[in-house]
Amino acid sequence: MLRIALAALAALMIGPGVALAQQGPLRIEITDGVIEPLPFALPGFVAETGDAGQMAADITQVIASDLTGTGLFREIPQSAHIQRFSAFETPVSYPDWQAINAQALIVGGVSMAGGKVVVKFRLFDVYSGQQLGEGQQLAASSGSWRRLAHKVADVIYSRITGESGYFDSRVVFVSETGPKNARLKRLAVMDYDGANVQYLTDSSTIVLAPRFSPTGDRVLYTTFETGFPRIKMLNVGNVSAQLLPETPGTMTFAPRFSPDGGSIVYSLEQGGNTDLWKMGVNGGGATRLTNSPAIETAPSYSPDGSRIVFESDRSGTQQLYIMPAGGGEPTRISFGEGRYGTPVWSPRGDLIAFTKQHAGRFHIGVMRTDGSEERLLTASFLDEGPTWSPNGRVIMFTRESSGAGGSAQLYSVDISGRNLKAVTTGGAASDPAWSPLLP
Amino acid sequence: MTFAPKAMILLAVLGLAACNNPDKYGAGSGVVDPGGAYGDGGISQGSISDPNSPAYFSATVGDKVLFAVDQSTLSPEARTTLSGQAQWLASHPQYSAIVEGHADEQGTREYNLALGARRANSVQEYLISQGVAGNRLRTVSYGKERPLAVCSTEDCYAQNRRAVTVISLGAGS
Repeated sequence: MLRIALAALAALMIGPGVALAQQGPLRIEITDGVIEPLPFALPGFVAETGDAGQMAADITQVIASDLTGTGLFREIPQSAHIQRFSAFETPVSYPDWQAINAQALIVGGVSMAGGKVVVKFRLFDVYSGQQLGEGQQLAASSGSWRRLAHKVADVIYSRITGESGYFDSRVVFVSETGPKNARLKRLAVMDYDGANVQYLTDSSTIVLAPRFSPTGDRVLYTTFETGFPRIKMLNVGNVSAQLLPETPGTMTFAPRFSPDGGSIVYSLEQGGNTDLWKMGVNGGGATRLTNSPAIETAPSYSPDGSRIVFESDRSGTQQLYIMPAGGGEPTRISFGEGRYGTPVWSPRGDLIAFTKQHAGRFHIGVMRTDGSEERLLTASFLDEGPTWSPNGRVIMFTRESSGAGGSAQLYSVDISGRNLKAVTTGGAASDPAWSPLLP
Repeated sequence: MTFAPKAMILLAVLGLAACNNPDKYGAGSGVVDPGGAYGDGGISQGSISDPNSPAYFSATVGDKVLFAVDQSTLSPEARTTLSGQAQWLASHPQYSAIVEGHADEQGTREYNLALGARRANSVQEYLISQGVAGNRLRTVSYGKERPLAVCSTEDCYAQNRRAVTVISLGAGS
C-alpha cells in the first residue's frame, strides 16, 4: 500500500466520515504528516512509427513535468532505469523497478499517421506488481500533442490521488510590458504550464482581470478602450469581442460569469458609489444586487450558483461577505485582523480563497465558507487575485515586486501552502484566471 | 482669499512637477487611450505663462489634489486648489474636464478602481458646488494602474493617491 501524506490538504478535503473516492493499491492518500513525493519511473514513450521519435520524447517530457510540478511526485531519472522498453507491449519486470524504488511506472507508445498523433499508456503499481486501471489510447492532431500529454498526466494523477487532475487546462491573464507608470497591458491565454502563449488583445489600452466562462470558450474582462472602465466579452475561438451595454456616466468592472454561464455579476460605479449588479450574458436584464454607500466589488459565485461572495468596506475596511445570488442581506465571514479582498469560491465549494492585507504585507489565503479555519498560504510585498485550479487543489495569483523596477509575475501554490513557484509566462504577467478542465 | 496660503500651494505643486514625469493620462500621453474619447484632441498645451493655457491650468492653478490612505475626503489644501480650478473653468467656458481618480499600489485592483472613483467623485461634487456645470465634468478611475511616482514608500504613495482634473476643449455633454 502506497501512501503519501499531504498534511493540511487532508483536513480540508476530507470531512469526518467521508471516505476517499476510491481505494487502490497505488495511492497518494491525504493524511496528517510530512510530504514525501511519490517516486515514479517514466521510461521514454516508445516510438511506434519511424517518424514519432521526437514526438514521443516531447510527450514523455511534458507528462513528467506535469507530475513533478505538483510537488506530489518525484521522477526517478531515466539513467537509473534497469529495464528498457523496446515495445509498448514488453512485459514489465517488476523487480527491476522495485530495485530502484519506483512506486509507479508509466509505460507508453506514440505513433503518428496522417497528421495525427496516437498515444497509448499503462500505469503500473510496482510493489503490488499490478497494472493500475486499464490501458488507454488517446488521439489528436499533431498540433495538439501537448494536450495529449496533459490528458495522460491527468489520468495518472487521478488514478493515484483519487481526484480529478488539472493539467489539460488554460490560464487567461494580463501580459505586462513597459515602466511602472506607463504599463502596457494586453490579454493573453496560455496552457496552465505557460506553454502556447497567445495574445488576445493589443496593448493600446488598459485591460484588467479576465475571467473564463464555465465552458472556457468566452472571457469577460475590463477594458479602458472607451476611456472609461467597461466590461467586454471575448470569444476565445475567433478572438472577437464586444462591449456589454451600460448606463452612460457609470463605470463597470470586476465581471464574473455565473456557473451556468447565463449571467454576469459585476461592479457598477455611479456617482462615486460602487455596488454589485448582474445581467444576462446577452446584456439584458440588469439588476441591482446591493444598495449601500460602501464599495461592493470582486463578486464570485458559489459553484451551485446559489450564493455570491464579495468584498465590501461597509464595516470601515474591506471584508468578505456572502449573500444570496439574487441579492439580499449579506453575512460577513471575515473577522481576522487586516483587510480582505478578491474572494473566489473554490470549484469544490468548500473553500474561499482571498487576498489579505495586514501589517504592510499581502497574503493569499483560504477559509471555509463560514469564515472558519482561515489559513494564509503566502506572504510578500504584494500578492493578490487568487484563481483556482479546476480541481480546487492549487491556487494561482499575481505577485508584484516593489520599487521603481517592480514587476508582476504569476505564482502558484497548493492549498496546503506547499509548492510555491513562479509560473513561466515569457514576461511580466498579472491577473490570472484558470479555465475549467478542457473537454 | 489670502495670498500666502495660495503661494505655498503653488510651490508644492511645482515641486511635484519638478521631481516627476507628470504623464497626464488622457491628456495626450498616447499610452492609455490614443484614439479614445479624450485623446490629445489637438489641444496645444500652450505656455505656462499664458493664463489661458492648459499648461497654466495644470501647473499654476494646480490640476491635482491628494488624499489620505483609503480616504476620499478633501483636505483644506485640496479645497483651495479646487476652488482655483472652478474659477479658471468659470472664466474658460470652452473647456470641459475629466476628473481622474487614482490610488496607490497598496490595495487590490478592484477595490482601488472603486476607491479612485470615490476620489474623482469628491472632486466633481466640489467643483459643482463651486459653480461648475455638471455637464462639463466627467469622472473616471484608474485605480492603481497609473502611478505618478514609482517608488514603493509613503513618499510616492502620497503622490499617487490623487485626483487629476484633465481639461480639454469642448463644451461638455
